[in-house]
Amino acid sequence: MLLFIARRLAQSVLVMLTVALIAFTLFQYVGDPINNMVDQDTSLAERERIRKQLGLDDPVHVQFWRFVQNAAHGEFGISYRLRKPVAELIAERFPATLELSMISAILALAIGIPMGIYTALNRERWPAKLFMTLSLVGVSLPTFLIGIFLILIFGVQLRWLPTFGRGEVVQLGWWSTGLLTASGLKSLIMPAITLAVFQMTLIVRLVRAEMLEVMRTDYIKFARARGLKERAINFGHALKNTLVPVITIIGLQVGSIIAFAIITESVFQWPGMGLLFVQAISEVDIPVMAAYLMLIALVFVIINLIVDILYVVIDPRLRVQS
Amino acid sequence: MKIRSLALLGAAAIAISAMSAQVQAKTFRYAFQADAQSLDPHGLNETFTLGFLGNVYEGLTGYDAQMNLIPLLATKWETVSPTVWRFHLRKGVKFHDGGTFDADDVIFTWKRATSTESGQKARASLISNIRKIDDYTVEIETAGPVPTLARELAWLYIMDKQWSEKHNATEAAKPASAGRENAWATTHENGTGPFRVVERQPDVKTVMERFEGYWGKPKTNVTKVIFTPISQAATRVAALLSGQIDLAYPVPVQDWNRLNAAPGVKALTGPEARTIFLGMDQARDELTNSSVKGKNPFKDIRVRKAFAHAIDLNAIKRAIMRGASWPSGLMWAPQVNGYNPKMNVPYKYDPALSKKLLAEAGYPDGFTVGMDCPNNRYVNDEKICQAVASMLAKVGIKVDLLAQPKSKYFAKVTASGGYNTPFYLLGWTPGSMDVHNVFVNLIACRDKERNRGKYNIGDYCNKRVDELTDLIAAETDPKKRQAYIDEGAAILKKEYGYIPLHQQPLSWGVREDVSVAQRADNVMDIRNVVVNR
Repeated sequence: MLLFIARRLAQSVLVMLTVALIAFTLFQYVGDPINNMVDQDTSLAERERIRKQLGLDDPVHVQFWRFVQNAAHGEFGISYRLRKPVAELIAERFPATLELSMISAILALAIGIPMGIYTALNRERWPAKLFMTLSLVGVSLPTFLIGIFLILIFGVQLRWLPTFGRGEVVQLGWWSTGLLTASGLKSLIMPAITLAVFQMTLIVRLVRAEMLEVMRTDYIKFARARGLKERAINFGHALKNTLVPVITIIGLQVGSIIAFAIITESVFQWPGMGLLFVQAISEVDIPVMAAYLMLIALVFVIINLIVDILYVVIDPRLRVQS
Repeated sequence: MKIRSLALLGAAAIAISAMSAQVQAKTFRYAFQADAQSLDPHGLNETFTLGFLGNVYEGLTGYDAQMNLIPLLATKWETVSPTVWRFHLRKGVKFHDGGTFDADDVIFTWKRATSTESGQKARASLISNIRKIDDYTVEIETAGPVPTLARELAWLYIMDKQWSEKHNATEAAKPASAGRENAWATTHENGTGPFRVVERQPDVKTVMERFEGYWGKPKTNVTKVIFTPISQAATRVAALLSGQIDLAYPVPVQDWNRLNAAPGVKALTGPEARTIFLGMDQARDELTNSSVKGKNPFKDIRVRKAFAHAIDLNAIKRAIMRGASWPSGLMWAPQVNGYNPKMNVPYKYDPALSKKLLAEAGYPDGFTVGMDCPNNRYVNDEKICQAVASMLAKVGIKVDLLAQPKSKYFAKVTASGGYNTPFYLLGWTPGSMDVHNVFVNLIACRDKERNRGKYNIGDYCNKRVDELTDLIAAETDPKKRQAYIDEGAAILKKEYGYIPLHQQPLSWGVREDVSVAQRADNVMDIRNVVVNR
């Protein structure tokens, strides 16, 4: 078991290094950061001086190696655009993204699972058909369009909800939370729904498919033959077995919710890491881009590691192989 | 009795103060597409950052709503000799921390602006020395004559010497590697302006309040300002329409009708002092991207002429700019010092002439040429380039258009990319609002050593125009200076060095119960904002 984890960890380091290398190769094609750091009157000599100071005139592999060395020490440099340490910036933005992602995930589960069960059990009823049609719309509409629609209806027309930002936040140590103020909660509604829609529809369809599968198995037929109540069969036997794959998928989706937050955050000017990343791209803020990509890679690596370990724990066959 | 009257008096006082608080509390909320990069006034010489900080800091001079030069921290100034200026400083001016403004702060500011990491070095280095005559008089010496000095000083904001020394901020902060040094001034301010920053979360929100000790009496009745950067245009417009902010800029030109149709908001537009133009590579012996091999067609004046006459500025205005552009025959706008309306005659649209000229030059069937264009820098930049391409197609020129985001575009076409473009679209606002800036950056021959022609991407080069650039720089007699400017403009026009297109529009969205002044340099000066609600 320990050997297995050690091997996985070694692979994770390799994955992170590869991500860093790919990122650095791409940075050569995003444009010239110096242009965004100086003005039109700055002399060419001055520009060269700044380029040298930032080490941007070094070959890619030198820059890459320097980045890896610094990153190993937890040092990600200073944002070109905001002139603050990147680690500090990400720490500031992380709570906003995490709160948004978690609320969306809860929303997606709380609505998606019951809807999935309902559509599986009552396939022929009209609400089930309506849910399925809606979920198709939810899967196919791009996130930013959903966000813009919500803004137009609830922000501009009805004026119920704020259209941008995070509202008032409360500082709890280094963590800033919008969950404790009325304006913070109101601001959270539309972005959370926007981000949740895709995950929710995914869960509805997944739960429905799994449930239908399970309902056809022998033990459900046997339970029916025993004369158990419908309720006990559906929730006691069928749902439990349905949820195993659903939970696995959801675990993996948490990573992508955080990554997908980029679009939602820029539509709602939500001050999280995704917005920071989008702005970093437009201004060629390489330290921020690098740190963000590494962080997202780390999130995925950790989640995958946990899932892999869980598999081994659950499934004895894997243990024998390793 | 006594007690009762006292109580009454107290109640009245409370009522009055509550009333006056109601009258006085005017909050103004606005949004721009990005945040100010820093609070350090010598950090970055960028229009938005400096315009934003202009509410907090002040220079010796400044601009009013109509872009006239006005005295701010200096009350008046005169030239003692062409290279020596005497500035009389305003008395009784307080910094936000209560410190007093005097001549030492002016000298300190200049020295700080020349420090290694300063973004104001180009401006500060115009000055060779500042002498203190007394606490409220200084003599500024320049290396050569600088007739535009008073204009340049409008953007050199005065910092407090004592405050900067106390917080170890006597030098501008480094942009990156060692950003922790001298960083105090990037997140704190101590200016003399009418507003002081009370809360700042970079990229999220900045709150300013009226500075009670301000020396002047600005027109504004605003007591509190909330600034929010909103990067997406659609989100910015929605925030304005939903009443969460009072002013948003820029708004897409396409949204004007929508804004005007909505109750309580309107689009605000006017000419910006930015001229959009086309440039052609006249330096290389063979263009980097063209079907013509072994020679550079743009070296032939007939080809440049053909290009200029093939472009219909009014069609661009009508079809792409929704009527809101000002076709131009000059490389500088009317708001720029040195503008002469008589010289502002655009090249005439004459595709037949273009065809003829191309045939004469040896290209009866035209040729293919690459074109570079930004797609997120100027108003409708990519659409303009597409229109230019289709107009040129009518005279036989096939344009291979590459439109990309500004970071990539500038990296390719400017010095850092080796001026790698045969044909391009660019826009220019002279930072000093003086025509010399246009000459030295765009029109003078490229010369890295002397820091000239930096943005002369196509390297248009004429010896006389190069001389004129120096003459314009040094000439203090306005009449003679204008003659030099006009001569330069005439040569440039005759030689088809550039193809000016238009002045682009400013595009703001504003609530109807707020009155603002839209300055031609796109600066939001809260001194001119009045909230009527």
